[in-house]
Amino acid sequence: MSSASLGRTNLRARSAIRAAFTLLVAAAAYEAVARSGAFPKALVPTLPTVAHTLLDMLLDGTMLRHALYTMYRVLVGMGVAVAIGLPLGILMARFRAVEGFFMPLVAVLMPIPSFAWVPLFILWFGLGNTATILIVVYAATFPMLLNTWTGVRSVNPIWLRAAGAMGARGTNLFWKVIVPGASPFIVTGVRQAFLRAWIAVVGAEMIAASAWGLGWVIFDAKEFLNADIMLASLAVIGAIGFAFERLVFGSLERATVMRWGMVRAAKG
Amino acid sequence: MHHIEVRDVTLVYDTPGGKVPGVSGVSFALEPSEFLCIVGPSGCGKTTLLNILAGFLAPAVGEIRIGGKAVTGHGLDRGIVFQDFAQLFPWRTALGNVAFGLEMKGVPKEEREAIALKQLELVKLGKFAHAYPHHLSGGMQQRVAIARALAYNPAVLLMDEPFAALDALTRDEMQRLLADVWQATGKTVIYVTHNVAEAVYLADRVIVMTPHPGTVKAEIRVDLPRPRDPLSVEFLEHQKALLRHLTEQAVPA
Amino acid sequence: MSPVRDVAAAADAAALAGAPPHSRAGGRARAVARAMFPFLVVGAIWELIAHSGLFPARLFPKLEEIGGALVSLTAQGILQHHALETVVRLLAGFGVAAVLGVAIGIAMGRSRRAEDVLLPLVSIGAPIPGLAYAPLFLLWFGLGDFGAIALVGFVSAFPIIINSWSGVKAVKEIWVRAAQAMGADDRRLFRHVILPGALPYILTGLRLGLAQAWRILVAVEMLAAVPWGLGWMIFGAREFLNTDVMLAGIAVIGAIGLALEKLVFERLENYTVVRWGMMTS
Repeated sequence: MSSASLGRTNLRARSAIRAAFTLLVAAAAYEAVARSGAFPKALVPTLPTVAHTLLDMLLDGTMLRHALYTMYRVLVGMGVAVAIGLPLGILMARFRAVEGFFMPLVAVLMPIPSFAWVPLFILWFGLGNTATILIVVYAATFPMLLNTWTGVRSVNPIWLRAAGAMGARGTNLFWKVIVPGASPFIVTGVRQAFLRAWIAVVGAEMIAASAWGLGWVIFDAKEFLNADIMLASLAVIGAIGFAFERLVFGSLERATVMRWGMVRAAKG
Repeated sequence: MHHIEVRDVTLVYDTPGGKVPGVSGVSFALEPSEFLCIVGPSGCGKTTLLNILAGFLAPAVGEIRIGGKAVTGHGLDRGIVFQDFAQLFPWRTALGNVAFGLEMKGVPKEEREAIALKQLELVKLGKFAHAYPHHLSGGMQQRVAIARALAYNPAVLLMDEPFAALDALTRDEMQRLLADVWQATGKTVIYVTHNVAEAVYLADRVIVMTPHPGTVKAEIRVDLPRPRDPLSVEFLEHQKALLRHLTEQAVPA
Repeated sequence: MSPVRDVAAAADAAALAGAPPHSRAGGRARAVARAMFPFLVVGAIWELIAHSGLFPARLFPKLEEIGGALVSLTAQGILQHHALETVVRLLAGFGVAAVLGVAIGIAMGRSRRAEDVLLPLVSIGAPIPGLAYAPLFLLWFGLGDFGAIALVGFVSAFPIIINSWSGVKAVKEIWVRAAQAMGADDRRLFRHVILPGALPYILTGLRLGLAQAWRILVAVEMLAAVPWGLGWMIFGAREFLNTDVMLAGIAVIGAIGLALEKLVFERLENYTVVRWGMMTS
């Protein structure tokens, strides 16, 4: 091993050590504040308390149930958002008239935060799953739609011509050229849609859910000053979001656009 | 005394695969206002050598003296033109780019803009002083880069294949323009290229470098009258001689 | 150089400088009509449903009632008061996030030490949805303005930090070298090269941060106990089934969001990075 590569390994090791050090210091600082007694224990619980609460909630199954409710709402909402955004985005990109009709509506609806609809949806659909899922749908549809639309429009015209010259028409052209050609953007769209959905579901559950869900449990814990439950749930929310981002979308990307060397196009 | 002296310059790159010699024991000297071309295949260390001259890299062994003073880093005694069009600052107009060095020197705004405009006129871009780089063609951007490198009046101009990314016609125009600019300003120029005809067209002297490790293989003086005719017999003779040196070393020893 | 290209570039420059339009009045009127058409269709459908009596009128108000609510709330000065409070909170939170976020992001991009120390914290904090912090912030900082502004600032700082950091990292090495060769010292390198070079990313970060701040703020105003604010207005309207007030509030929220995006950021971008060709509009 040469001195340079050794140097680089050292550099990386030092970064990792510094990162670990930062986290330790942050944790220690928090712990010191929590133990100092400057703040009520209920508001600033010690880390062992939080860990204990997390473990208890995991073991008795309540955390799992909260997480499952949240996942259910996110996945159903995402499913509906993809079912709307994907075909509509493709139609808008392929047909002028569709684009001309929907684009102004999208431009006006998009800047409205999904949470602004929460009170109205509660009135219309009551507290519970329907209102929550609709908020998720509202949040997730726009990134899906816009990315698909951009993706299909940016399919390299040379591919279309080449495929046309080789006799591809209609559905063949659509499924074998346009969809894969637009896939980097579509994957980005699904990814952004998930991020938005994940943000939306936590907020919507706080305001509109009735008994279960990670957002609801955090908000409910506020009533009883259970900061340990809040922090434990925050950790679970962060972990699920991180896992989806890295594991699900990371591997989805690796299996498709990265393998095709197209991933740069997806970053825009 | 020579204007530029390069003595026994050696630099070794540390890579994950081990030590790779960049340049090894390179020596040569230049007189004031001389135009030197360094020719060689990719990987022969010619760009490394230019970066050492510019002060971006420090040699492990050997030294470089310009006007008797040892080079220890970058300095305003050298102007640099890279191959990449992206070297211009996109957030500054052509004039703003050319005036940058003077601004760093602390020259007052009016004075530096007058100088910059004169430099732009020298490369025939006076009309485009207020255009942003992305509105200029590749050849125009490289001309701005040349004006930028000349504006703060360095004694030496270092050029790293500045025209390699241009189309053939534009490249011919640029070579003619550079020869004119050089004659008008009297700068000492070190010009790196892999294009043999370009070297014969521009240089007073050509150094041929060979890779693994990068060393000087041959030195050829080009004593043709200027402006040079690329189709003349003498020109083609020089080209052949250079090519012979380059192809000989391509055969593995 | 090829003269043809120069002419093309000149023509391009002229077009950018704003060549006189060739009587586009007719075309513009048609474009406006075409943009209005979908709203007419949606409006008509809404009216049909509202008048059909399919749903209770309280829950599905007619468009004229929504318009009426908008007018009377404005006439009484209530809407302006709500909107003003919301915008002040937004600017306070976002302002803090912008200053701190850009500073932290640039520090992380410039210094390896700062990067090593801060990146782990940022990458743990960023993926958690902003609102999930809301109860904690309200618990720690109180249910009022301070808690709301602190949360908005905290949440919107993340995209600003991350984008400023990657912006500094993405500054082309060749610009740095060219500037150094021309005698730029560290301070001027930063001001004249790093900062403008990273600007496209920094602006994107600010834009994302502001959008995030806006989304969070509307929700926080519902959760916190603040007497004024658009989020509170539409949430409070729920108690009395004032659906018309809600929809009027939603319209105003959308309009402010659109205005921030179009008037502030598009102009800023057109004036800088778009003009420099570093970003297409």
